[in-house]
This record gives sequence, structure tokens and C-alpha cells, in this order.
Amino acid sequence: MSTFEISRGEISSSTSVPRQRDYDLAGADARRAVETGLASAEWYHTDVPRKEMKALMQRSDRAAIRDTVLWLGAMAVFAAGAVFLWPSLWALPLFLAYGVLYGSASDSRWHECGHGTAFKTRWMNDAVYQIASFMIMRNPVTWRWSHARHHTDTIIVGRDPEIAVMRPPDLARLILNLFGIIDVWHALIDMARNASGRLSAAEKDFIPQMEQAKVIRIARIWGAIYAATAAVAIATGSILPFLLVGGPRLYGAWHHVMTGLLQHGGLAEDVTDHRLNSRTVLMNPVSRFIYWNMNYHVEHHMFPMVPYHALPKLHELIKHDLPAPNPSILDGYREMLPAFLRQLRYDDYFIKRALPPTAKPYREEFHAPANPLSAVD
Amino acid sequence: MTQWIDACAVEDVEEEDLIRFDHDGRTFAIYRSPDDVFYATDGLCTHEHVHLADGLVMDHIIECPKHNGRFDYRTGEAKGAPACINLKTYPVKVEGDRVLIALA
Repeated sequence: MSTFEISRGEISSSTSVPRQRDYDLAGADARRAVETGLASAEWYHTDVPRKEMKALMQRSDRAAIRDTVLWLGAMAVFAAGAVFLWPSLWALPLFLAYGVLYGSASDSRWHECGHGTAFKTRWMNDAVYQIASFMIMRNPVTWRWSHARHHTDTIIVGRDPEIAVMRPPDLARLILNLFGIIDVWHALIDMARNASGRLSAAEKDFIPQMEQAKVIRIARIWGAIYAATAAVAIATGSILPFLLVGGPRLYGAWHHVMTGLLQHGGLAEDVTDHRLNSRTVLMNPVSRFIYWNMNYHVEHHMFPMVPYHALPKLHELIKHDLPAPNPSILDGYREMLPAFLRQLRYDDYFIKRALPPTAKPYREEFHAPANPLSAVD
Repeated sequence: MTQWIDACAVEDVEEEDLIRFDHDGRTFAIYRSPDDVFYATDGLCTHEHVHLADGLVMDHIIECPKHNGRFDYRTGEAKGAPACINLKTYPVKVEGDRVLIALA
């Protein structure tokens, strides 16, 4: 089997031994990652003076309060307008806008508040985290632990529970998830299982026992909310309640999937340098508001304590050490989609992005022994 | 018997900040609180092998730089997930311009 890498248009190949990937958290690759030291490894960081990093890490309520008032306020306005105009077709654009704020902006709020970096005031982080978790249908306890693992073992096969595109890519799944279909189906199954008092083997793997009761409690509360929504829909003989609660996770999901796939799609697996497995993409201001600056994804993974509003400053500070960002969402897709298509035939293929001359080089010798299939002659 | 170890100079640690101190194969974190009192804990987060010295001090809380595990560095108490196990703390004293920590 051939292995390919691309450096902005330059493709090379090598021969290696074929290997079936096992993304199961209790599978063979999970054990291999622990044995080879890939799990919980030391990762590459760009040098940033402590004084500057301390300044970048400072919390502030101001930006997050402004953005949260704008987010929830706009949702209220769009929802009120849509309900007022319902069932006219004029309600459609309002629902589409409401849906993106519900089914996509909640993803970035869940993420940033999960890190505890959005607000300075703790209870504000926690409150928005709970609201956003409900909208995006991610159990706030389960996904806090899942995301911690994602940051410890980013795109390490068998260790990272949040690998969005496994190899070979399942393109049908990606397309269905633009409308939340697969994710919501799994979220409902997980919620039903947790509400019945059970956790999966994977959940037991990364959620400490002392936290597991909370998973069940949240699932039962959410189940009650959806049951109430269903009851109102039946009583009124209208789907309107589901267009406002739950439904937007389907029809408004496209934006967070569109931006989220760019985070790691088509890049390296089983490396310990975020410059190799994460992608920074420059975006328009509307997408950056919805996405809360997570387009600076290499920077976020390298320094997860830096709040979203400081990521542009961090980018300016360390960009000399990073691959050049993709200049637009479209450019990111032009790079990523051909990689997905090639991975259908050669699942060891990945994109290796060129570093500027000012950057410290990738540690090929460090990654090669742990990841023999991604090595390139 | 308590052994007092010279860890750093007072001026090495800014107020509301911390530094890393390695000694005899072990790593510690030395803190200077906003009210100008020094504290010491183990240097690694109890959640995963991450140096707290790269984290953020806010009042009397240290947040781990990797997963935001939070500890009260005065007592070592874990204050929130994913940190569930308390940090070990060490007595500290200041003599002149030096900060000393007590190791058993």
C-alpha cells in the first residue's frame, strides 16, 4: 500500500505495511497508542514568553456577555418572527436563521464554555454550557470528558473519541450530518440509554465513576423536555414546537459541520504536533461569530486556555511557526475534499502542510517510530 | 525530619502567578497570591501529566493549561472536573529574599 503526503501541491509516496485502523476506544489501536507512548504524550508548542501568554489567557466577561446577548437575542427575535408568520412561507428564512443559531452556534458555545474560557465569571460559563449542550444534544458531562480526551490525544487513533472523519472517510455520513441526521440519531439513542440508567463501554472508559450519575440525571431532564415538546405538538396538532426545540439541531446543523470538518479533516493521524493534525482557516465575520473564532484551530489546540476573543492575537504572535492558514472556507474545502476522495482508495494518505522558513521543523524522527504508516521517504 | 529547600527568589514569582521548581527528580509549583503570600504544591496536574506552571492563576485558583482542571493552591483542593484528586501542598516560608519549601 502506498502512503502519500502533500505539501501544497507536491505529492510524494512511499511503501508501507497495510494496517486496518481501529478507532474503538477499547480496541487494538488504543492499546498500541498506550504502548508506544502516543497516549498522553508531550506535544509540540511554539515558544511564547510567559508574560505574553499570561496576558492572552486573561478572562473577560465583556466580550462573551456581548456575544451571548446578541446570540440569544437574535434567536428570540427570529423565533418570534417565525412563529408570527407561521405557516406562511415568509417564516422560512427566519427559521433558517434561527436554526443556524440553535443548531450551529450552540456547538461553539458548548465548546468554549466547556473549556471554561468564554467568561471570567464561572457561573456564566456553566449556564451557557448547559444551554448550549442541550441545543447541540451533547450530554454536558459525557462530552466534557470526551473533549478532555480529544485535547489530550488529538486525532490519536483509538484514543480520541471526537475524530469526525475516520479513514477511509464515510462520505454519506458526512453529507447526512450536514442535516444532523446521524448525530441526532446517536444523541437520542445515547440519551435514552443514559436516561434508563446505563452507560456504554466507551462512556465508562473516559468518564470517572464519580461523574456517571450526573450523566444519567441530565439525560432524564432532557428526556422530560422533549416529552413536553412532543405533548405540546400533539395537543396543538402542529410541528411548530419541534421547529423551535430539537428540530433546529437538524435543519440548522450545516454551518457547524461545514466549519468543524475543516478542523482536522484530511490531516495527519497519530502525531504529537498540532501543526500536522489541525487546520487554521481565515473566515468571514459572520462565520467567525457563529464559530466563536474556532477557525484558529491550531492555535486553540496548542494553547486551549486562550479565550476565543484572544485567538486572533495569538495567531499573530505565533503564525511564524505555523503552516499558512487557508485564506477562506472554500480554499479549505479545495484542500480537504480531494484528500477525502484519495483516502477512499489509500487510507494512509494525508495532507502535510508546508511550514514557513521561520518555523521550527516537524519532528519527523519523533513521529516516525510511533506512526510508521504515515512516514514518507 | 522537615527539610527546607531553597526554591527561588521572591522576585522570581510575580503576584497572582506561579513558577515551576524542579528538585531531586520531582517537580513543584511555587505560587505568589494576590495578597503577596507564597504557596507550594506538586507541579503536575492530578488529572494528567501536565505542568501547572503553564496555567493561569486567578485569585487563589490555579487552572491547568490543558483541560482547565482547577485547584485551590492554598489547600490543594480540586475545584472542578476534570480535576477530581486534590493536589499535594507543601509548607512555604520566606527568609530574606528567598522562598523555601518544606519537603518531608
